[in-house]
Amino acid sequence: MGGGSPHRLIDELVRQGKKDLTIIANDTARPGFGIGKLVDAGALKRLIASHIGLNPETQKRMIAEEIEVELVPQGTLAERIRAGGTGLGGVLTATGVGTVVADGKPTLELDGETYLVETPLKADFALIHALRADLFGNLQYQLTARNFNPSMALAATTVVAEAAEIVPVGMIPPDHVETVGVIVDHLISREA
Amino acid sequence: MDSKALIAQRVAQELVSGDLVNLGIGLPTLVTTYLPEGIRVFFQSENGLIGMQALSEKAAAFEDLTDAGGTPASFIPGAAAFDSVASFGFIRGGHLDVTVLGGLQVDEGGQLANWMVPGKMVPGMGGAMDLVTGAKKVIVAMTHTAKGAPKIIKKCNLPLTSVRRVDLIVTDLAVIEPTDDGLVLREVAPEMSIDDVTAATEAKLLIPDDVKQMPVWI
Repeated sequence: MGGGSPHRLIDELVRQGKKDLTIIANDTARPGFGIGKLVDAGALKRLIASHIGLNPETQKRMIAEEIEVELVPQGTLAERIRAGGTGLGGVLTATGVGTVVADGKPTLELDGETYLVETPLKADFALIHALRADLFGNLQYQLTARNFNPSMALAATTVVAEAAEIVPVGMIPPDHVETVGVIVDHLISREA
Repeated sequence: MDSKALIAQRVAQELVSGDLVNLGIGLPTLVTTYLPEGIRVFFQSENGLIGMQALSEKAAAFEDLTDAGGTPASFIPGAAAFDSVASFGFIRGGHLDVTVLGGLQVDEGGQLANWMVPGKMVPGMGGAMDLVTGAKKVIVAMTHTAKGAPKIIKKCNLPLTSVRRVDLIVTDLAVIEPTDDGLVLREVAPEMSIDDVTAATEAKLLIPDDVKQMPVWI
């Protein structure tokens, strides 16, 4: 929870007093941490996430109808973002069939299996956390802070990456580049 | 032994060397503590790692590494990291041998509800729906009752996690196997009787002649 978030960018959104944001993320971390800071600041209008159990503030604001929350199974969320970033029209998954997640969604029968048709997700901005970036914007991630970052970088119009370390071009071997620099629009370091 | 430890050590006995295993947040994570000697399994954390290891004197924390609940964690030599797309590919794609999850309710059809109580508690499903749908074996690890009320009931009235029938229910009172015929009582916890179990269970339990005492390895 809260892993792999671009904390400096989040702090800046709070400082600028952004409101009415739609956030797509796995979770909202916890109050006072990561995306939890945006929740605390009342910056969210809408949230698409898989888990808010560790952030009572998000749950409170959802029940008070201050934030409209769409809960999505985590694997489905990952694939919907991937579909959005890779030009696919949707995803077929057995996850959620026969549950409230299926409400209002078309299903498809293929080879005797039932699948939900899940739609792609795209965003205006992807705010990405990376371990290392070069000055082309090529990115490397680390351990469980990778999570949704590589898919999100493909699924947004404008990509802003925040890296713990920025190195000269050529320092990241081609085989170790995980997000290619040509899709990264802006780069900042994690520390001011 | 407290009830959580009893449940965790019994679940641990279900694991065999080489298994790829995912443990849910809370009680299921205790299973790592009770892994029998000589059993080597790979723990997957759905936030992107196979080879997760709890912190200890020998296992240091790493930056950018937590378990699925956000707690700092470590990893074994030979661990592998990947993104969420790949992680849930393992889960849905039939590569995960065992998932152990907590439960709010399980019913006579072996169906599980574990992700929300409408109007009261809405944590979200996280990875649970994918895990129950995709894992080869689903084990529910939970206390038998909640504030005295049975959690193993005729029909779930909370939103389901999946329509898939779970494979085993391990509680502080019993081990129960959902089958085509219904819920079969396999084991009873030490110092408990079959009557104790049925009295704490709303669902109908099928009682075979060879109900065993739950083995305790610790």
